[in-house]
Amino acid sequence: MISTKRRVFLKGTLAAGTVGVAVGAGLLAPSKLLAAWPSEMFEAEGLDAAMEAALGSSDIPDSDDIDLSAPEIAENGAVVPVSVETGMDDVSEIAIFVEKNDFSLSGRYVLADGTKPKVSSRIRMGESSNVIAAVKSGDDWYKTVREVKVTVGGCGG
Amino acid sequence: MSIRVRAQESNGVVNVRALMSHDMLVPDDDGGPHFIETVEIKRNGEDAVTAHWNFTVSRNPFLQVEFDGSAGDTVSVSWTDNKGESDSTEVEVG
Repeated sequence: MISTKRRVFLKGTLAAGTVGVAVGAGLLAPSKLLAAWPSEMFEAEGLDAAMEAALGSSDIPDSDDIDLSAPEIAENGAVVPVSVETGMDDVSEIAIFVEKNDFSLSGRYVLADGTKPKVSSRIRMGESSNVIAAVKSGDDWYKTVREVKVTVGGCGG
Repeated sequence: MSIRVRAQESNGVVNVRALMSHDMLVPDDDGGPHFIETVEIKRNGEDAVTAHWNFTVSRNPFLQVEFDGSAGDTVSVSWTDNKGESDSTEVEVG
């Protein structure tokens, strides 16, 4: 019995080791392995740092082909409806940032083939701020910016 | 905990609306931060959308997405939060 368990244990270790080596060698992107929450993107403080972590750069070209819909004036910063839609092809990712939130990246959406480049959610805003929607089409990111005025901030305790 | 999901097909496109019950506590809240980190939406068992969230997503989060599909398809919505709690549900596309 003991030797059988030991063998199972060793097999398990070996398998984990192989996967670990494959990840380390860059053969497998960790995100493909399991959808791990990318803490470095969400824990980045300030818009530039968050954009660099999530998009690879804070210098992203603007596009007229991204429709970011959000209220001009949000009475309650705790619940601000935000929708992002684009006519671009081959969109694999959408990211939403709030410039003046300490941790600017609010959400990112990884879209499989056959999923429309269109997401709606509700986010918190601590104060009036630009909201930035970024869209990855092919290998390139594009963004659009919209100002939302907040009457009562929604990030306080 | 619960997830309410509506999935409706029109012209070959499935519109999914999900409402997840979760307090989404920010760091200043008692017991915070406590928030949904990952939401996975699948169609017939295949990934359609993976969402990663911060605690700056509103309490009782709402998410709406669209993808190719048909009436009768199965749509599942599942989430996990930063304290390891999770919930999931499955509906048939109407």
